[in-house]
Amino acid sequence: MSETIVSLPDQETASIPKMNYLSKENGLLSWLLTSDHKRIAILYLISISFFFFIGGSLAALIRLELLTPQSDLMATDTYNKVFSMHGIVMVFFFLVPSVPATLGNFFLPMMLGAKDLALPKVNLLSWYLYMVAGVLALYSMAAGGVDTGWTFTTPLSTHYVNTHVITTGMAIFVAGFSSIFTGLNFIVTIHKMRAPGMTWFRMPLFIWAHYAASILMVLGTPVLAIALVLVVLERTVGIGVFDPAKGGDPLLFQHLFWFYSHPAVYIMILPGMGVISEVISTFSRKRVFGYTAVAFSSVAIAVFGFFVWAHHMFIMGISSYSVLVFSLLTMLVAVPSAIKIFNWAFTLYKGSITFETPMLYAFGFMGLFTIGGMTGVFLGTSGTDIHLTETYFIVAHFHFVMVGGMLMAFLAGLHFWWPKMTGRMYPEKISQLAALITFIGFNFTFFPQFILGTLGMPRRYASYPAEFQVLNVLSTAGASILGVGYLLPVFYLLWSLKYGAIAGENPWQATGLEWQTQSPPLTENFTEIPVMDHEAYDYEWLERQKEKEVPSVG
Amino acid sequence: MDHISQVLWQFLVKWLTNFALFPPEASKIAPQMDALYFFIVLVSLIGLTIVVLLITSFSVLYSKRRHPVAVQIEGSTLLEATWTIIPLGLFLMMFVWGALIYFRVYTPPANAMNIYVVGKQWMWKAEHPGGQHEINSLHVPTGQPVQLTLISQDVFHSFSIPAFRVKREAIPGRYTTVWFEPTVPGTYHLFCTQYCGTEHSHMIGDVVVMTPEDYKKWLASSTSGMSLAQNGERLFASLSCTACHNTRPDARGPSLANVYGATLTLTSGQRITADDAYLREAILNPSQHITQGYAPIMPTYQGQVSEEGVFALVEYIKHLDSDYRVQQTTATTTLLPESEGAAAKPASAQREVKP
Amino acid sequence: MSDSTVITYDAQAGEEHEHPSYQRHHFETIGQQNDATNFAMWLFLLTEIMFFGGLFTAYLIYRNWYYPAFVAASHQLDIFWGGLNTLLLITSSFTMAMGVWSAEMRKQGALVLCLTLTFVLGLGFLGIKTIEYREKFEKHHVPGLHYSVQSFTNPASDPEIEREYRDKPLPPDMATHTELYFFLYFAMTGMHALHMIIGICILGFMIVRARAGAYTGGHLAFVENFGLYWHFVDIVWIFLFPLLYLISRHQ
Repeated sequence: MSETIVSLPDQETASIPKMNYLSKENGLLSWLLTSDHKRIAILYLISISFFFFIGGSLAALIRLELLTPQSDLMATDTYNKVFSMHGIVMVFFFLVPSVPATLGNFFLPMMLGAKDLALPKVNLLSWYLYMVAGVLALYSMAAGGVDTGWTFTTPLSTHYVNTHVITTGMAIFVAGFSSIFTGLNFIVTIHKMRAPGMTWFRMPLFIWAHYAASILMVLGTPVLAIALVLVVLERTVGIGVFDPAKGGDPLLFQHLFWFYSHPAVYIMILPGMGVISEVISTFSRKRVFGYTAVAFSSVAIAVFGFFVWAHHMFIMGISSYSVLVFSLLTMLVAVPSAIKIFNWAFTLYKGSITFETPMLYAFGFMGLFTIGGMTGVFLGTSGTDIHLTETYFIVAHFHFVMVGGMLMAFLAGLHFWWPKMTGRMYPEKISQLAALITFIGFNFTFFPQFILGTLGMPRRYASYPAEFQVLNVLSTAGASILGVGYLLPVFYLLWSLKYGAIAGENPWQATGLEWQTQSPPLTENFTEIPVMDHEAYDYEWLERQKEKEVPSVG
Repeated sequence: MDHISQVLWQFLVKWLTNFALFPPEASKIAPQMDALYFFIVLVSLIGLTIVVLLITSFSVLYSKRRHPVAVQIEGSTLLEATWTIIPLGLFLMMFVWGALIYFRVYTPPANAMNIYVVGKQWMWKAEHPGGQHEINSLHVPTGQPVQLTLISQDVFHSFSIPAFRVKREAIPGRYTTVWFEPTVPGTYHLFCTQYCGTEHSHMIGDVVVMTPEDYKKWLASSTSGMSLAQNGERLFASLSCTACHNTRPDARGPSLANVYGATLTLTSGQRITADDAYLREAILNPSQHITQGYAPIMPTYQGQVSEEGVFALVEYIKHLDSDYRVQQTTATTTLLPESEGAAAKPASAQREVKP
Repeated sequence: MSDSTVITYDAQAGEEHEHPSYQRHHFETIGQQNDATNFAMWLFLLTEIMFFGGLFTAYLIYRNWYYPAFVAASHQLDIFWGGLNTLLLITSSFTMAMGVWSAEMRKQGALVLCLTLTFVLGLGFLGIKTIEYREKFEKHHVPGLHYSVQSFTNPASDPEIEREYRDKPLPPDMATHTELYFFLYFAMTGMHALHMIIGICILGFMIVRARAGAYTGGHLAFVENFGLYWHFVDIVWIFLFPLLYLISRHQ
């Protein structure tokens, strides 16, 4: 693909701007006590990457065990701990904060034309809460881990295991507050700190997506918090709230847990969808098709997302009439996601498309999220859910949307904004290769799991009937390829910090206020607050800017 | 040429069965569910194809090389409406179809034969009405609707028979039910699909579907001589239930003859149908389930009788169809000093056995 | 758009500091700052509602299922203390509101007085809660700590309550459900008390700052926003009191 829209300054004379948010102050304390949203974003980036690789190692262990039908690589108890910790680390310590806490923290204020988030100190507190939670979780893992699954089903978690439920529960509780404060900060910033002229419908769709996700964070996470508190109380004091022998109801925990955990999946995916909007627009040089529809669909997903939680409980003995209601609402929540996919596809129509790495990840997202989303429909349809629930079909479904969807979107965003955050370009060829490897590895890993699920293989099984082995081996083979695809960026991104090309202000020639300042940005983002006098994704405005601009010397 | 094609055919069959994409269809509902499943597969494939076609064709037609200047398009209400309404319509169709199947799976026909299943870490115990017990297996006949009444002794489990396309959670504290009608004899997988602790992956077994004749033979050979109801009767007597639940005019509790399926009025004024769940609750949490007109003096048997014991009692009460039957039970003296939860009071309370 | 030829720019050097000292640099005007922090507090209170919501849900369900147990257990709570606590808390909301007004009017003495009164009333509330909790402990009504259902299966063993309510004895299986009531009682009032303690600590800090004149120079956002928090804690109690104390009190 020799056609590219990359426009870099003359590499002979270009250099990183001397004054930027990275060089402003030095020393560990200047980072640990910073209130600069960009530095906090980098702190988060390092932390979540760390936890991603922990979760990934646990995944490798799972796939290795499942190479053979017998439970022979590790004790069954150990396997149970491994998949539990994999889920907990990936969901709470990687997926939930991934885009919002890194890219959202970094770019939300800049896209709005603000100098920081509304509550910078609270932002730093969020990171510290995340780190405290992370340390607790690591301690819990080191001390023997937890084997309840990430779903902490009662009464198993309250009365029938001897593992570190309380420590892990507390870790998630604290991480939850980190998430709540991030969401709170975003909502206040979006409402109160938009630059002059930045109306709601001039905001980039990335912001709309984060707004919707923040509503979910703020309203849903506290319910998880109280559910975990109740589990801890039940374990320590024995209050009986989930214990049938004392009149309690274990199904109450399910309702409280899923009331958060379903919106949680939208917390995880919406920011990724925001990234895709930005990337597709930039690399087709076009305003996103149906801006208003995409904006409203994000909010619709957030609103509807609160009313579908019991589709995780269709076979648990809830009344058939509840099943009807929740199944219907689940169908309704599927529609906005479909709308987005088509809107993104039609953004390509009559565009001018190039295929840099972020765009490749975005295409991967669109295909894989479509599959993941459609398989969600299998599960929201109550009839087929009976056969498919609690099997590998579920595992495949959520990995398609979370890994094929969200993680790809995160990588798209990371590559897209890498030049802005660091001032340097990543190496294009190897990153395209990594994207391809990831896509191939992903499909080999998770597509066989749909078939396994339909055949009936249950989830969370350390050993399985021999007839399922071929598909499991295929899945593990794919996982090894996928692992390579995820490791490559670590190396080349770190390499680029020293040897990457100087990016300049706007290497992608993107619209968006964050691209109209230097790379890396100043601590205060803008020397003076910009006035937003054009629509979002206004490429004609960008053309006019370029004509006016004096060529700069970095 | 003949035998070559035969070899190929055998290979094909072996290949297909080894590379099955879905489990065998061994129940009446299985093909119905598979039909919906394949419809959704079809819709998904079409949807995916459309999306992939759009992306690839637009990428080719409008690559920067071929189409250097983008045309700014705000949107199209018509297109938006199209790709909102068509997916919504399809999803709603699936919703309705799925709901019909769901109701079908969880609404047993009146002539379903009931088998009780208790799940506990880490095994399944099935109790047939004829008194046959099974562990980690379930023998059922073809052509006969079978209802399973499930409960867990400890944590959540889930009873799954992929070949029948049925699955139901077994929950501590309440009954759940599911039914199926097997159609093809054979042995099929039985899985626990709700993570339940260390041996979750070993809480598996076999569902053996037999022709009705074979099934009768199996029943005859596996029985202990006492039906489940008879076991229940013994338990009923040994737990001193007859002290209050007898046919005497001054009995402190209602006679339970024909109570199963009847509509009762409770002391709170609420009218309920005396089904399995009610009977279980009445044994374990009696004070909220007292029939109107009786004093709330029934003690709770929580902790004194296991879920299997409750199954036996419920089965007994289900078949209690006459006062004569009640008197027969009342006449039974305590037989089992070591029976389940024999917290039986000494004989003094139940000496009165005059019909 | 500013051209990007200017390389070295010191944000502090060229800027004119026209804004009040208490305006943070990322806000354009003090009005924006006050707006934002106020909105943030309202949002935070919304999350608190969701947090308590889980407990209210559990209460709803179990009260519906085990009404007789809830009635009998609720009779164990003393309306006198509960009512007094309600009075104290409502009064403290009043003194808090007066404090906000004093800050607006820049009356430092009045502000300190109001904050101190609020502080004292809050402490009083907690003191009464300690008395109540202690009584529960003595009667073995704390779930998980040698919980005893004797007061419910045999009301005659509890002469005070018996005299007042003449409750019938509960059957044993219903009596075990009183433990659920008490778990809810302790969880809900305990969570509430925790929020009170946090509020009181912040009040202490505020009194010190108020005496130094921090809030009477025109910058009272902290007092206002804390006032919102305090009122919220009060409102939660207004819900807790009837739900926990006033179940079927009519004779």
